[in-house]
Amino acid sequence: MSSPLCTELEEPLTPSSDQTTPHAEGEISRRTFVKAAGLLSAAAATGLPRLAHAEDAQAAAATAPHTIDLTLKVNGKPYSLAALDTRTSLLDALREHLDLTGSKKGCDHGQCGACTVLVDGRRVNGCLTLAVVAQGAEITTIEGLAHGDTLSPMQEAFLEHDAFQCGYCTPGQICSATALVEEHKRHDLSTVSFVTGQTSTPELTENEIRERMSGNICRCAAYPNIVAAVRAAAKGARA
Amino acid sequence: MNPFSYERATAPGAAIRSASTHGAKFLGGGTNLVDLMRYGVENPTALIDVNHLHFDEITRLPNGGVRIGASVRNSDLANHQIIRTRYPLLSQALLNGASAQLRNMATTAGNLMQRTRCYYFMDTAFPACNKREPGSGCAAIKGFNRIHAILGASDQCIATNPSDMSVALAALEATVHVEGPSGKRAIAFQDFHLLPGDTPHIETSLKPGELITAVELPAPKYAKNSWYLKVRDRQSYAFALVSVAAGLELDGGKIKSAGLALGGVAHKPWRSLEAEKSLTGAAPNAEAFRKAADLALAGAKPQKDNAFKIELAKQSVVHALTLAAKGAQA
Repeated sequence: MSSPLCTELEEPLTPSSDQTTPHAEGEISRRTFVKAAGLLSAAAATGLPRLAHAEDAQAAAATAPHTIDLTLKVNGKPYSLAALDTRTSLLDALREHLDLTGSKKGCDHGQCGACTVLVDGRRVNGCLTLAVVAQGAEITTIEGLAHGDTLSPMQEAFLEHDAFQCGYCTPGQICSATALVEEHKRHDLSTVSFVTGQTSTPELTENEIRERMSGNICRCAAYPNIVAAVRAAAKGARA
Repeated sequence: MNPFSYERATAPGAAIRSASTHGAKFLGGGTNLVDLMRYGVENPTALIDVNHLHFDEITRLPNGGVRIGASVRNSDLANHQIIRTRYPLLSQALLNGASAQLRNMATTAGNLMQRTRCYYFMDTAFPACNKREPGSGCAAIKGFNRIHAILGASDQCIATNPSDMSVALAALEATVHVEGPSGKRAIAFQDFHLLPGDTPHIETSLKPGELITAVELPAPKYAKNSWYLKVRDRQSYAFALVSVAAGLELDGGKIKSAGLALGGVAHKPWRSLEAEKSLTGAAPNAEAFRKAADLALAGAKPQKDNAFKIELAKQSVVHALTLAAKGAQA
């Protein structure tokens, strides 16, 4: 839990009065926030001189998290999250709240792809997706790709082709590659397709795979093996 | 990241009303906004999620054009049959941007609202940025400004617009449709993004509370002859140093009409009407293309680290027009 976001949430807020009811996570409840905000606007509306406790309320309103109750459907199972801070990314919701730690945090800025998960079958960056936005969607993580002990074809291909070294980027790579195969099956294009002139049904060449996987960085540079794995799995999917 | 309230809007009117709250912002795909919030560059107090307003359709218009809903994702837009076959320039531009994951998230309207990738804007450790803090100065002018503007910059801001999609939309003469507190209106694409002038923090002509509902394109002219060329430090997943959207309508060995816009060179997608005019009626050859390139870059002024961009942009214009003329993607 070294990210700034998590650190911020872990820091216990110092409530100014007994109005606040800290949650287990150290968050201030929505009711408290609404109370604080109400007090502020009441003071403003009546034009009363600002009272000390109104100033406290203002400080609380500026820094207190907004929370929301929501349900996320992950790997076919619904999970209820009570009073989740609206700032929580889908990635942090999965890792820190649902204990699904397969999805990894790399850059937390949508640049590395380690957090890649599938939302309604589409690959997205979990770090830039707010958990509240993912309400109602079918979320699939690396934990949801296998059927029991039977690995998915892409997982098998990564093993077969030794498509990793340290493995940290691997869950994101596999989720991304899983979606890539589906995108290619429905003849989606990439920028390479324009260069090769294959703008109807592009063939999944090495260049196409490299371009289509460019949102997933591998610090160990296991790229040749990743390309081989994706190619093999895609071939299998067509057969 | 500062705390914010979240509201999922279900009707445009409600979204527009909610957006009138001070500090509120519309949320599309979040690929730029959430990122900038995490850097502390954007600090909205309320996010109005506008992904559920049913602006996700792409439809043919009676005039032969197309209407693209504001929340159509970049990947869906690039791969839609109408766009692939009638506006391949737009498909190609979109697919040159970002990564597959980000294109799956990013929306049409959100792409139009993308903010600059100027390092000094994105890093709050630098106090001087007239975009972040009007009147604070510009750290980029005296800083490392290799990626910055060569056209239309001011002494207040030399940032560039990072979008690929917008460069194609400029060449394709798009119209942006918006709805706001005082009704609906349409904005011609060249009027949508603004040059920095003395107010670099104002980047578009949107009025407070206005919501983008759709982008419309006129009937296609460049379906057979277009090319989007992007020159960058990495082959993939990098912003443009220079990009060119080129469209040619050829008729009997002559150019009947042309669309030409550049990215990575200015605060807005840089459409060159002068270059388009010089191409019109000319034969599609190297001489005409070089003349268009010179016209497009007329008035270019380098910063201390980016003089290379001027010739790079000219050669990119010639190359993009050459590939467009070949009909390389037909």
